[in-house]
Amino acid sequence: MNKILEIKDLAKYFSDFTAVHSIDFFVEEGGFFSILGPSGCGKTTLLRMISGFEEESKGDIIIRGESMKGIPPEKRPVNIVFQNLALFPMMNVEKNVAFGLKRLKISNDEIDSRVKEMLARVGLEGYEKKKVTELSGGQRQRVAIARSLVLKPSILLLDEPLGALDRKLREHMKIELKLLQKEIGTTFIYITHDQSEALVMSDKVAVMNKGRFEQIDTPQNLYKNPKTSFVAGFVGESNPFEIVSYDNGVMVTTNGWKLEKQGLDYTPKKLFIRPEAFILNPIVDLENLDVVDMKINTILFDGANTKISAKIVESNDVVLISLPQNAQFEDLKEGDIVKVGIHQDDLKCYKE
Amino acid sequence: MMKKRNITFYLFIIPVLMWLIFLIVLPHIDLFLSSFRFENDDGNTVFSFENYLSFFQDSIYWLTFLRTAFYSIAITVLAFVLTFPIAFFLTKVVSKKYSSFMTLLLLIPIWVGELVTIYGWMILLSDHGVINNFLIYLGLMDTPIKMLYTDFSMIIGLLYMSMLFMIVPVMSALDSLDDSLIEAASDLGASKWTIVTKIVIPHAMPGIASGGIMVFMLIIGDYVAPNILGGKSSLWFTEQIYNFFLTTIDWSQGAAFGFLLLLLSSAIIWIVLKITGQKLERVGS
Repeated sequence: MNKILEIKDLAKYFSDFTAVHSIDFFVEEGGFFSILGPSGCGKTTLLRMISGFEEESKGDIIIRGESMKGIPPEKRPVNIVFQNLALFPMMNVEKNVAFGLKRLKISNDEIDSRVKEMLARVGLEGYEKKKVTELSGGQRQRVAIARSLVLKPSILLLDEPLGALDRKLREHMKIELKLLQKEIGTTFIYITHDQSEALVMSDKVAVMNKGRFEQIDTPQNLYKNPKTSFVAGFVGESNPFEIVSYDNGVMVTTNGWKLEKQGLDYTPKKLFIRPEAFILNPIVDLENLDVVDMKINTILFDGANTKISAKIVESNDVVLISLPQNAQFEDLKEGDIVKVGIHQDDLKCYKE
Repeated sequence: MMKKRNITFYLFIIPVLMWLIFLIVLPHIDLFLSSFRFENDDGNTVFSFENYLSFFQDSIYWLTFLRTAFYSIAITVLAFVLTFPIAFFLTKVVSKKYSSFMTLLLLIPIWVGELVTIYGWMILLSDHGVINNFLIYLGLMDTPIKMLYTDFSMIIGLLYMSMLFMIVPVMSALDSLDDSLIEAASDLGASKWTIVTKIVIPHAMPGIASGGIMVFMLIIGDYVAPNILGGKSSLWFTEQIYNFFLTTIDWSQGAAFGFLLLLLSSAIIWIVLKITGQKLERVGS
């Protein structure tokens, strides 16, 4: 695979804080790369440096082997889909999409045919003469993407473009964006604070926190093997615990819950357990399985995401447990004491 | 749906209506009627279009109007060209903290009043004024240039008093322009010039149009600056109206010219709005 984008030791210092600490990574050609992080983690600054709106304090950005140092935004082979889309309200759909092409030295016929082709690709045939203010949220989204893609950029940068849409449409656009990316093969770099967007669409996800990358991995690995406590807590749902002591393979939480975890070569300070890692009514003689009694506080019904809030009898720790919506657990109710098993491999421990 | 109005409604509406009727509507009706009054050869006052016709029959009148209209349009355009960069700078370049302070500085000349600023310009522009003395002191020339009592000084005075009425609506129009539109255009490969002409000016057009109307109306109807700063040859249409009312005491003729000024300047604005594709409703908002 070709490296289409290489970031080398990139940093951005503002007068009173550091937005991006020395970051190194690369993006493969044709990939869907996401940068996931809470607001204020520096992801937008990073994106603005790649697009050229923000000058780097240190390091280099290399696109297709060429350094982007000193190259203004209008000359970079990247295009950006803005958070608020930034469609030009004074122009219709067709003129919006043709805006970038008009800046190049191409004939009007070619501009027309490229605009037509692009609009067809995003499913907006027949909308050429509509005002952008007359379109629905999803259609505006597609105009913004078409406006950038029609220029055939090396990389398309997307800055939380789904943020303003309602939930249903966002779910739909996630799938549409991923399919579009697969179809046209342009490299996408997608910025978001929504982990579900990042996990669903991406080939690779970089988790960013306080100006640094915590982990760059496939969505599956990120979820299964988070490398740092931040990733474990940020990506997916987790039950967090503080560990106060670790002795002979036994960890003790702040409230005194004892768990076995063999073979750690460090003293764990933090522990994360996914809701689905808890096994209700386990077969007790499985190897490496801790079994505890829990009392059901309440059942939080949410369709396929239904969870139980339960209290560990021995320590009073409260945890969330996934409750599969099948006949086996139908008659569980508040106040019941259930046996819950946790496999040692599902205990994610961290030094800090 | 009719609702019973309460007492506060009338308390507010009555002064407004009285103001409109007694101070605006009635005087205009009276002037309008008197503009048709004409003394015929027998000395009787009759209804006639003679007052209006004389505008077209005597070339000095309509030539003065043409001159006034031409200068007013030119000064309006000049006001836009001069203030647009300032408005852009204050709304998009300077940080919010300084821009409100700088806007305040801009507004200060308005507080002083037109007459005082005009005397200020007289001090600057006269033959032995600040500018001429300074240029002679620098050795750039030996004799003063005549600037005061010319078309030049008149244009300066009109421009100075009207520029702010352009900058304020343009600034408020630019303020509502989302910065990301500028960035998006630049990202799509647009040069600075393209961004200004294709994105910024189209967006600010309603503000520019309302500023333009205000400036144009102010200038074409101004009397003080052309009268004081302009020379003998700098005829302004309002000066002719003034002369009818106060020199030749021909109120009917003066009233007719007043209405012609209103009519013709409104027509010019209507034509310009038509040409630029602007709608009056949008300009007002």
